Amino acid sequence: MNWLTEPLGFEFVRNALVVCTVAGALCGLLGVFVTLRGMSYIGHGLSHAIFGGAALCAAIGVNFFVGAGIWGLASGLAVGRVTRRRIIGADAAIGVITTASFAFGIVLLGFYTRVKQSIEATVFGSVLGVSSGDVLLILGVTVGSVAVIVANYRSLLFTTFDPEVAEVTGVKVARIDALLMLLLSVAILSSMKVLGVTLIAAALVLPAVVARMLTDSFTRMLWLSSAIGATTGFTGMFLSYHLDVASGATIVLTGFVVFAVVFAITGRRGLRRAAGLDDHHGSAPDVTPLRAVR
Amino acid sequence: MSEPLVELRHVGHRYGNGAPVLRDVDLRIGGESMLGIVGPSGSGKTTLLRVLLGMVRPGHGHVERREGLRLGYVPQVEVVDWNFPVTVLETVLMARPARRLRPWATTVEKAEAEAVLERLGIAGLGRRHIRELSGGQQQRVFIARALLGQPELLLLDEPTSGVDVRTRHEVLHLLEELHRDGLAVVLTTHDLNGMAAHLPELLCLNVSVQAAGPPLAVLRPDVLERTYGAPMDVLEHAGLPFVVDRPGVRVS
Repeated sequence: MNWLTEPLGFEFVRNALVVCTVAGALCGLLGVFVTLRGMSYIGHGLSHAIFGGAALCAAIGVNFFVGAGIWGLASGLAVGRVTRRRIIGADAAIGVITTASFAFGIVLLGFYTRVKQSIEATVFGSVLGVSSGDVLLILGVTVGSVAVIVANYRSLLFTTFDPEVAEVTGVKVARIDALLMLLLSVAILSSMKVLGVTLIAAALVLPAVVARMLTDSFTRMLWLSSAIGATTGFTGMFLSYHLDVASGATIVLTGFVVFAVVFAITGRRGLRRAAGLDDHHGSAPDVTPLRAVR
Repeated sequence: MSEPLVELRHVGHRYGNGAPVLRDVDLRIGGESMLGIVGPSGSGKTTLLRVLLGMVRPGHGHVERREGLRLGYVPQVEVVDWNFPVTVLETVLMARPARRLRPWATTVEKAEAEAVLERLGIAGLGRRHIRELSGGQQQRVFIARALLGQPELLLLDEPTSGVDVRTRHEVLHLLEELHRDGLAVVLTTHDLNGMAAHLPELLCLNVSVQAAGPPLAVLRPDVLERTYGAPMDVLEHAGLPFVVDRPGVRVS
């Protein structure tokens, strides 16, 4: 029992537990849209892009959230623009723009030694120094994100499932896409401290994949993915404290254990459900109408 | 003749610096229209449908759409993500904009969706995943989604593509019924013979309009050769034209 209560004696651990749990739920919620839209690599790319912005802010002494937020959003919009114009493919666009931003951050950190020591914490996540301000930030971002998703639920669902028909039906698809990109950037920014740049993409994808293996309903997938994200965030944070390793790593590994357990239970059915994720647009039906006639 | 719902005059279009995909197309869609647009792959059928929908602004010509026109659109089943986690009811309801800031459907909205499903003969399937349906039922779900917006003009992209004969008959009979109830219908297709039996008007397209009118007037060997670039024979049975490949002819 002491194993459970001992960490709660420290304020930073209490703060980190709240941040990890809420960040896990938020990433789980947004991860549903990310995976169903075939954008998993965007989560990975955005966090790397934001790292470049964060390093620049640290080097020139600008507020981290403002600078890194603008940098991340600009990178996201640049990726979208390059992809829409079909200059290069989406994956290649993300690879070029966001890893260049990440490399820029590494170079800056090399020049400015005063921010060098925080590189490991930024890359893999750390619970040290999680303040009550961080708690308020993640709570505020989560409440705001849930409100935006609730208010735009059908438009988000329609544009995720069928953007072309949604546009014809009167949904402002470009606006909804930009809104989702904004939510994603803000969520990554507010979760980056505990989840880490390199592991945040997994926190976005894993809960949604596990939820998809468990259900065929979009609404249930949203609830399940958020709950799985929160549970893995909470458990991973406890493990991080006791094992004295980076919080991002333990959270993602906890998520992987949940994935393995659900896979063992659901077997081929779960795998078949999750198989279509990230292959959304233009994918062929797995049951063709010809075969399906009864 | 009633006021046109959509009218195209001298419409032409090309994507970027590519070859024209549409050239000098004139088309009038009225409230009484039930039109099949036929043509080979790359003939501009889908682009023409997109121009009618307002998704593509043509590079040349004029498009006049009646003010406040309500359009319904049914995409090709091949582009639908059948693995997406949605039930039939969720799919149909996503076309209805939420009137209040809450995600779930109201009792009235659910009743409206159920009524459309019942009208299309798929009542009771609302809780099923879209993948679990037959080909005909899947088409009906997407027609139901379009009908929930109470359209005056329904546009369908290749509704008979990749389906078997029974499903094709189901879908075309359903469209005939909807047309009899006052809905204007425009669809694109590769399937010449299925259309001749069900549609009063056809438009043969190969970048430009090759012929338009009743099936017997449009499905003629000279028109088909111009449209498809291959010689074809046309037989007549029970007053309907049937297109067959000309045997022993090699297409250059």
